Amino acid sequence: MSIQTSIWPLVAVLVSLLGAIPIMLSDRNPNLRESWTLVAALTKIAIVLSLLPHVLAGGGWEFVIAQVVPGVPLVLRVDAMGMFFALVASILWFFTSLYSIGYMRTLGEHAQTRYFASFAVAISATLGVAFAGNLLTMYLFYEVLSLSTYPLVTHEQNAEARKSGRKYLTYILGTSIGLALPAMLIVYSITGNLDFQDGGVMAGSGASPELLALVLVLFLFGFAKSGVMPFHGWLPAAMVAPTPVSSFLHGVAVVKAGAFSILRVIFHILGPEQLATANLGWIVCTVAAVTILIASLVALTQDNLKRRLAYSTIGQLSYMILGAGMLSAAGMTGGLLHIAMHAFGKITLFFCAGAIYVAAGKKYISQMDGLGRRMPITYLAFMLGSISIIGMPPLGGFISKWNLVLGAVNSDQMILLLVLLISSLLNAAYFLPIVYRGFFAKAADPVYEEGIKEAPLFCLVPLSVTASASLALFFYPDIFVTLAQLALFP
Amino acid sequence: MSASNLHMYVMAAPLLSAFFVNLLGRMSKAWVSGLTLGSLAFSSVASLLLLGKVMSSGGFSYTVGNWVPPFGIELIVDHLSALMLVLISVVALFASISALKSVERELPGREHLFFTLYLILIAGLMGLVLTGDAFNLYVLLEITSITTYGLIAMGRGRAPLASFNYIIMGSIGACFYLLGVGYLYLMTGTLNMADIASILPQMDGGAAIATALAFMLVGLWIKMALFPLHGWLPNAYSLAPTGAGLIVAPLMTKVTIYLMLRVMFSIFSPDYLFIANPLVQSGIVWVAALAIVCASSLALAQRNLKRMLTYIIVAEVGYMVGGAWLANSIGMTGAVLHIVNDALMTLCLFLAAAAILYRTGSLDFIHLQGIFRKMPITMAAFTVGAFAMIGVPPTAGFFSKWYLILGGIEAGQWAYVIALLFSSLVNAVLFFRIIEIGYFFKEGEHHDHTPRNEAPLAMQVPLVITAVALIVIGLGSGPLVEHIIKLALPAGF
Amino acid sequence: MDGTLGIIVAKYNYWIYVILMMIGFYAMIGKRNLVKKLIGMNIFQTAIILMFVSSGVKHGAQIPILNKYEVIKHGVDATGVVNPLPHVLMLTAIVVSVSITGVALAILLRIYRQYGTLEEDEILEKLG
Repeated sequence: MSIQTSIWPLVAVLVSLLGAIPIMLSDRNPNLRESWTLVAALTKIAIVLSLLPHVLAGGGWEFVIAQVVPGVPLVLRVDAMGMFFALVASILWFFTSLYSIGYMRTLGEHAQTRYFASFAVAISATLGVAFAGNLLTMYLFYEVLSLSTYPLVTHEQNAEARKSGRKYLTYILGTSIGLALPAMLIVYSITGNLDFQDGGVMAGSGASPELLALVLVLFLFGFAKSGVMPFHGWLPAAMVAPTPVSSFLHGVAVVKAGAFSILRVIFHILGPEQLATANLGWIVCTVAAVTILIASLVALTQDNLKRRLAYSTIGQLSYMILGAGMLSAAGMTGGLLHIAMHAFGKITLFFCAGAIYVAAGKKYISQMDGLGRRMPITYLAFMLGSISIIGMPPLGGFISKWNLVLGAVNSDQMILLLVLLISSLLNAAYFLPIVYRGFFAKAADPVYEEGIKEAPLFCLVPLSVTASASLALFFYPDIFVTLAQLALFP
Repeated sequence: MSASNLHMYVMAAPLLSAFFVNLLGRMSKAWVSGLTLGSLAFSSVASLLLLGKVMSSGGFSYTVGNWVPPFGIELIVDHLSALMLVLISVVALFASISALKSVERELPGREHLFFTLYLILIAGLMGLVLTGDAFNLYVLLEITSITTYGLIAMGRGRAPLASFNYIIMGSIGACFYLLGVGYLYLMTGTLNMADIASILPQMDGGAAIATALAFMLVGLWIKMALFPLHGWLPNAYSLAPTGAGLIVAPLMTKVTIYLMLRVMFSIFSPDYLFIANPLVQSGIVWVAALAIVCASSLALAQRNLKRMLTYIIVAEVGYMVGGAWLANSIGMTGAVLHIVNDALMTLCLFLAAAAILYRTGSLDFIHLQGIFRKMPITMAAFTVGAFAMIGVPPTAGFFSKWYLILGGIEAGQWAYVIALLFSSLVNAVLFFRIIEIGYFFKEGEHHDHTPRNEAPLAMQVPLVITAVALIVIGLGSGPLVEHIIKLALPAGF
Repeated sequence: MDGTLGIIVAKYNYWIYVILMMIGFYAMIGKRNLVKKLIGMNIFQTAIILMFVSSGVKHGAQIPILNKYEVIKHGVDATGVVNPLPHVLMLTAIVVSVSITGVALAILLRIYRQYGTLEEDEILEKLG
């Protein structure tokens, strides 16, 4: 693999961070401020895309930021796996920015400058996690992401936001400092470096299976952004944030940064082969399977739409971890692919939830009867998103789930297959009634519904685009599949 | 001026200007700020030049008044002391910019007195890091202490009482140290550190030497406020005038840690400390771990920003003592790096506290509500300092903690490792509690009604520079360790 | 018993210093009156000064003031004079101790003006 040194990965990471400065300076002029956001978003996509061809050709990009610890520089290295995540994040950021404008303005939210600035820092950190060339760099951006999201989660600045913010930090910072940091130091003290290497930097280090298991568990729970139980409680709590935050950060960037980190550690630090030899995959699979089932069951009981989506996210994130834990080719591919497929599906669903709130002011599913007839585009998009998450053709979600099922069958893990099937049924059970009631149920209070129209265009366009993208990904998943293949089987 | 005397100029500038501040400062306040800032800026530049010189051509020793050691007083300029000189002069410079402002408010008409003591204190600290003579060290230790007693007693309310307590405890510490030196002198007949070090290995008076070491260490531990000998510190530091806290909090404990390293490695040897007495070594690491856990827990109980910070200082002392006694080079690197980082982190947080106090008049938690809206720049810098204390990368605090934890893992001192992680988590709770209080508002109050009211520029500039320095030093910690600290470690590491 | 007594008598200066030090230490820690604490501190410091100074003593030796011409001719007979270095060091230590006492007394004055008493218990009571 030819690695070229280039400053562009750093620029790609920093462009939104630098964008935060003009955003804060144009506090008084919202139009100018939002154009800065959009300019930064488009620049970011352009840079990421310009880095893509070389990666697709099997190469990579590298940039050393600083020498900090012997053997472990702060380094950005764009490989297929990082590019995979960066592509998803940067594209969806652009649509979220569009959506944010519509959402925040329609609701007349306060402190929008702080909102857009924090958002810009968060997306920088997300790309940093994607492009990190070693574990330390990834940890750095992971922490920055945690901290920059705090003002977003607590945006409302009321008692509920304060409580949720506290919960959010307790879970995320507590696990990353208390579990992931020592795990990283243990790895470093064994190997002397923290590079992401194909096959795992710890492969051949002669670490005992017990030590491997310890490190694995520390990492698995240490990156609590992935929402594995019992460290999932922050995600439903974080739903007090404005919907664009929930949709992008808690549907895509933050949570996937967690899953991505765990995948990175399994693929490139611990090494799938070493884990398979030590027979440790079952730990990951058990944790993931339990999370999937419980989260899906809890999702059924939630009446608040965003909370239902949050629990659905918790379950879906564990799909990715489950796939990695299978340690088989198809399973790992499916896990990785699910990052992209789920992102497009889930962000659509969150966008729809936000659009419903903007247009109708409703948060609870029980109040949404008949709303679909008033907001057909939103509900259509919601239906597409649901189908993708459930994993039915012809939507993108099918592809990743198919690979996961294949992985379970190939490795003769029938229990996991059963888990996947039950979960899909549960997914259908908590999503489809929403669509059905939206279109066909009789509105409880027809008067109340009068005058409800579709959300503004700034909201409507992004959700239609992401829904269509979900559909398109079924037919043209090539880029993501290629990247996943390159990442796993170089 | 000749380059070989650079270190003398570094020390002489604040010492001489102290007298002129006292004389001329009576006439006009302009002299006070001019002389203070001028001399400290001069010291900063000279110490940076000195560090450059040491890096390019190695350390050297200097004999005061041309008396040949071991009879005369020897000054030692090596990587470690040059680094400490830079740290002291730069921290003092930034602290004084802000201190000038807050002293003007808190001690009107007494600026010249305050800054006389302030400058002598700095000169004393510089002397401490340079000296290669065990008795000279005692004298300088008392010079810094006496000036600190005076500075603290200038505070209002209970400050004199806190200062008196500090005098009693500080004198016990200094006397213990002097006793230790006395024993060494009785055994070896010399006071020059290098000379003692060369004689000690041939001596067989095991008990007397061990007593000497014990007295010196306990004396220094009292001075650096290692838990459970910390009782005097929280009151003294939190009741001191803000300007005094700015210089005392970042530097005093850190310089004392440096002195401990000097005693450990310039007088005694790693062989004697670690290999001959492994139980003592791991016992001290345990004490350090206990210190970290207890002091962090005590910090949780505080309801005032400055008092909370003082307990964090006590916890940080545990970090460095533990790191120094881990008996491996990684831990030692971490301890030395943490001296630098902790001085800057503490400076950053105390500068922020000074700025908030200047505007709001109180640092009690309940008065900090909505402070982010009122003082966004100050609080942004405070947040950076807080992240450094928690140990969030890429701030400086993360990297020294990295070395310390790694050293703990290497040495198999799991209690110390767990204590460090525990303290990071507690720091996260402590600081996010403040960030949360500052970020949210009182019931019924709204952000639109809270006007912006930033601290004066003279307090903001040093604060922001320190906050930026925390990140720059974090990113540059690789070269810092590679080119300075690795070379500063005692022989045998 | 005889042996122990012999040690005590032979090194009586060190025993006196230890006893003085203990008295001083007790006063600093145990006494509740601030002036007594300060006096304790002085006793403590004096004890250490005694230790240093007595270490320079030699039996039958003179004070270290020598005739220049004698020294040039015959050199110095080290057994004939006491070791001057500890004395010189202790001069410095005495200066230090006096300065600390001065500062402490000044602070005590301030405390007295503020609280009208130097009893620690009463001050703490007034502070509530």
